[in-house]
Amino acid sequence: MQRLVALPFSKSVEIAWKSIRARFFRSLVTTTSLVLAVAFLCYVQVTTDIANGLLAGGADGSMDALLKAGYNVEPGAVSIGETAKEQWLVFLSLLVCVVGIVNAQLMAVTERFREIGTMKCLGALDRFILRLFMLEAIIQGFVGSLAGALLGVLAGLLSTSLSLGLIIFASLPMTVMGLTSAKAIGIGCLLSLLGVIYPAITAARMEPVEAMRTNE
Amino acid sequence: MSEHAIVRTTDVTKSFDLGKHTLEVLKGISLTIVKGRYISIMGPSGSGKSTLFNMIGGLDKPTSGKVFIDEVDIAQLDAYELAWLRCRKIGYIFQTFNLIPVMTALENVTLPMTFGGTGNDEAVDRGMELLRLVGLDDRYNHKPSELSGGQQQRVAVARALANTPSIVLADEPTGNLDLNTGEEIITLLKKMSDELEVTIISATHDFKMLNVSDEVIWIRDGLIDKIEQRDELDISVGTIG
Repeated sequence: MQRLVALPFSKSVEIAWKSIRARFFRSLVTTTSLVLAVAFLCYVQVTTDIANGLLAGGADGSMDALLKAGYNVEPGAVSIGETAKEQWLVFLSLLVCVVGIVNAQLMAVTERFREIGTMKCLGALDRFILRLFMLEAIIQGFVGSLAGALLGVLAGLLSTSLSLGLIIFASLPMTVMGLTSAKAIGIGCLLSLLGVIYPAITAARMEPVEAMRTNE
Repeated sequence: MSEHAIVRTTDVTKSFDLGKHTLEVLKGISLTIVKGRYISIMGPSGSGKSTLFNMIGGLDKPTSGKVFIDEVDIAQLDAYELAWLRCRKIGYIFQTFNLIPVMTALENVTLPMTFGGTGNDEAVDRGMELLRLVGLDDRYNHKPSELSGGQQQRVAVARALANTPSIVLADEPTGNLDLNTGEEIITLLKKMSDELEVTIISATHDFKMLNVSDEVIWIRDGLIDKIEQRDELDISVGTIG
């Protein structure tokens, strides 16, 4: 006899999606820090991409515009990098974002203790719970990062067109910017997953008896 | 009625380690529960009633002694087998209903069937049938928050029966309901036990429950105080009203 409980993958996705939709505001809070962090990451990199595009385009006056905007370009340089300060800021913002996600997800797990316990009473294995939380995190991570990346690109375009002038639109490095956004979205999903691991393990290890507790 | 023992405990003890001293909650309980009966476990709070109840439900393991569910020693089961047991053999009904808040009534009922490997269409058919049985088929698409307490508990009864379990464990099923609704749930449970031949074990404070029980197990201070059969019972209930 097959004595194994199962949860098909499509069903897990369905449950995770419903869970997010039902707790829209809680998900929004969890995701907001991610949106902002990814937007900042994307903004910093896209700004650099645009400046690089301008430099590579080599149009008249581009060098002047770059120097005027405060970019430290050596004559004959082929690319501009982010400053160390910017890289630190991005790193710190991502770190803060992960801590925020862990915090928000731990809260979510505590809120859902009874639900998790009930699922376990109905026969859910630890790994079903783990999978549900991971899937929720990936969906939140993807949607949040997508929003963040869009926001970052827009902010980058706006700020460079103000500081460098409309000249940037002549040499806009679309492919590079697309790649940067994709990378930022990937990092966002990864951070979201990273943030949920500990809370999800806490949830999965919960004893089903907890569902019986009434005073919580 | 077959005399097949669905739950059997032999000399079960349970103690909790509270740091400096240990608290002995169950002090040796041996009982046999026969298939298809309606059993109530009564006892004051702190008597070990809930602990015994969790033990019978495979939610907790005894410190010493053995618990057999359908002649299987639950201490011997690994995590997968325990999950399977909870899924297929036992249906749980909680005092606080514990429906999954993000799912509709029907989805709540089909969830254990999904875990049990039933296909989607089949699960939906059976789910609707069970909801009809508890009188809520017209509300299948409602979320728990859109249902009253009694309705939620009826959905929970349908969910407990989803995988045609041998045992339904009900922990104070009427504890959060008013008198009338509580009685409805009790009647429903009794009907299910008669029609589907499922063993119903409930831990309760509710004396209304005694009227329908085939057997009442009284627990006091971690020991069985007395076990009363139905015919002995009517007399003692009569004095309470």
